[in-house]
Amino acid sequence: MTSLETQVNEPYKYGWVTDIDTDTLPAGLNEDTVRSISLKKQEPDFMLQWRLRAYRHWLKMTEPSWSNVRYPPIDYQAISYYAAPKPKKQLDSLDEVDPEVLKTFEKLGIPLSEQKRLSGVAVDAIFDSVSVATTFKDTLAEYGVIFCPFSEAVREHPELVEKYLGSVVPYNDNFFAALNSAVFSDGSFCYIPKGVRCPLELSTYFRMNAEGSGQFERTLIVAEESAYVSYLEGCSAPMRDENQLHAAVVELITMDNAQIKYSTVQNWYPGDKDGKGGVFNFVTKRGKCLGVNSKISWTQVETGSAITWKYPSCILQGDGSVGEFYSVAVTNNHQQADTGTKMIHIGNNTKSTIVSKGISAGFGQNTYRGQVKIMKGAKNARNYSQCDSMLLGDKCGAHTFPYIDVRNSTAVMEHEATTSKVGEEQIFYCQQRGLSAEEAVSLIVNGFCKEVFRELPMEFAVEAQKLLGVTLEGSVG
Amino acid sequence: MTLLEIKNLHASVDGKEILRGIDLTVNAGEVHAIMGPNGSGKSTLAQVLAGHPAFEVTEGSVTYLGKNLMDLAPEERARDGLFIAFQYPVAIRGITNAYFLRSAVNAIRKQRGDEELDMLDFIEILEEKLKVIGWDDSLMNRPVNDGFSGGEKKRNEILQMAILEPKLAILDETDSGLDIDALKIVADAVNKLRRPDNATVVVTHYQRILAYIVPDRVHVLANGKIVKSGGKDLALELERRGYDWLKAEAA
Repeated sequence: MTSLETQVNEPYKYGWVTDIDTDTLPAGLNEDTVRSISLKKQEPDFMLQWRLRAYRHWLKMTEPSWSNVRYPPIDYQAISYYAAPKPKKQLDSLDEVDPEVLKTFEKLGIPLSEQKRLSGVAVDAIFDSVSVATTFKDTLAEYGVIFCPFSEAVREHPELVEKYLGSVVPYNDNFFAALNSAVFSDGSFCYIPKGVRCPLELSTYFRMNAEGSGQFERTLIVAEESAYVSYLEGCSAPMRDENQLHAAVVELITMDNAQIKYSTVQNWYPGDKDGKGGVFNFVTKRGKCLGVNSKISWTQVETGSAITWKYPSCILQGDGSVGEFYSVAVTNNHQQADTGTKMIHIGNNTKSTIVSKGISAGFGQNTYRGQVKIMKGAKNARNYSQCDSMLLGDKCGAHTFPYIDVRNSTAVMEHEATTSKVGEEQIFYCQQRGLSAEEAVSLIVNGFCKEVFRELPMEFAVEAQKLLGVTLEGSVG
Repeated sequence: MTLLEIKNLHASVDGKEILRGIDLTVNAGEVHAIMGPNGSGKSTLAQVLAGHPAFEVTEGSVTYLGKNLMDLAPEERARDGLFIAFQYPVAIRGITNAYFLRSAVNAIRKQRGDEELDMLDFIEILEEKLKVIGWDDSLMNRPVNDGFSGGEKKRNEILQMAILEPKLAILDETDSGLDIDALKIVADAVNKLRRPDNATVVVTHYQRILAYIVPDRVHVLANGKIVKSGGKDLALELERRGYDWLKAEAA
């Protein structure tokens, strides 16, 4: 071994295509597209009107360009905004789901059938634009927990959807949020009633399959007073030469003493080693701690996507509320990531913690962008931020843009940042103790990410470690 | 039994020759000391034997346990029982010594075709080894060398040596930066790890450590060559006379 030159990456393991009949809207976006989606979903009128307002607003907006990522212009008229496996009939039970779709999820490690499904985790499986199955729905219903596809929630619980949809991320929030609000197709809806600690982990798995389509899902989680839920999302997509757009919106709301723990393991197709293809992951995620002493934690492990552009954020409105952000973002080959968080302190005695770990290999460009804002009325706010970057090789980059805006003098802020290079000395040290260069890098990277991994639910922490091993495989030459 | 046989070894870094023809034989059960002034090539010799990629061997041969050492990757050398206690051990954040050492032990076991150890089995073995050298496990649950004092880093190298049970251990300036009490503790551990089937090479600038780890042979390295070899008394003579008279002889 003479250098850390990046070699060809381990092939992406989730890149196959499922061959099924798909009901796809022709490419293009206009008011009729929005109306057809709403019609396909049999939505109440308020939903259609909301979508149309979003669409009309979107037309007046321009795509933002402030991020530290580079990509060719997106032709929004070339994308199909709806693709769904053709159902044989109404999807009431798993027997009616196309077996190919079930096989797809099984292959991804997400078995949906009664006998095989993961214990302790309820899964909502989303295939292109629709949810194909949700496990443990009945068990959850006994606790009063609602966990269902978003489109079902719009029909079955319109009062809840109407009350909370857009209350954290309004349809006019930003360009991609507006686009999502107009054309979102499915996603998950979770509602945890007062005093309930959700007995299962809730999880949504997103699979993009159809060619030339985008995925625009929407997730809304509401935790009532003293409720608790841990939610996890995972995602993957076939290997395709063209870029696919994924523009999701996630909204979280916690009432007094409630807590939402939201974990993401993102593994969208990252493109090939030359940077061809891959998913554009442009996502708006935001939580609002509305109640006193409520808490929202975001934990993300971002290894996929050609471009990741997202800032899971917390609005700390309730007094004593707590926001947390733990992130590992990996960019290898030609991947780019511009990710971080915003912590907006409004209430008194609010606390936020940010731990961000960026790993760059190959030609990867990794940017941390974070904002901590202490509003005038927020007394005794506290923030702790830690941003660490690790470089493997000498053609990648790490960038850090922390923005701090303090308007109340009682605030206490701490910020730490480090950049380290996985040096040949470190690898050599491990080799001298008997480890191979590959094992050495995996060990060093895992140690670097430890503070984030320990925030993940157990099963997924193991998964994330493995994923990182795969993602970085071959990054030592 | 001969563990290591170095013949006419030449090595360079960035085209600059550092080792200019080293000859050295180390047998099982022996302790050798390699002494010499700064820049004489002492540390380079240790790094070359370990297989550091920055150094290029241009001439000569090294036989270790009957194999051509230069054919082996650094990790293969380590798994075959070659151990370097580094002069400047690097830190690995977030990985405890216990986890690191278990990975190392398992890499060695895997090579031998032995079953890998889980954490509980490993801790059992670990405690036995600690007993041998009379140390506690206070370093084990701290991240590898992260935030360690200079002395702790040196002690940690010896701790790793105790656990990995090398056949040939090369201690590269392990005494530098240790106060006299720490030096005694480290030397005492090294002595306890001595067995008829292993060997130790102590690379040092000063005679001090050799009062505690008594060498069978002392070699003086100057300008990339061994210019004088002798018994343990040679170290005392060097302490008295310095290195200059040997440099003059070598020139």
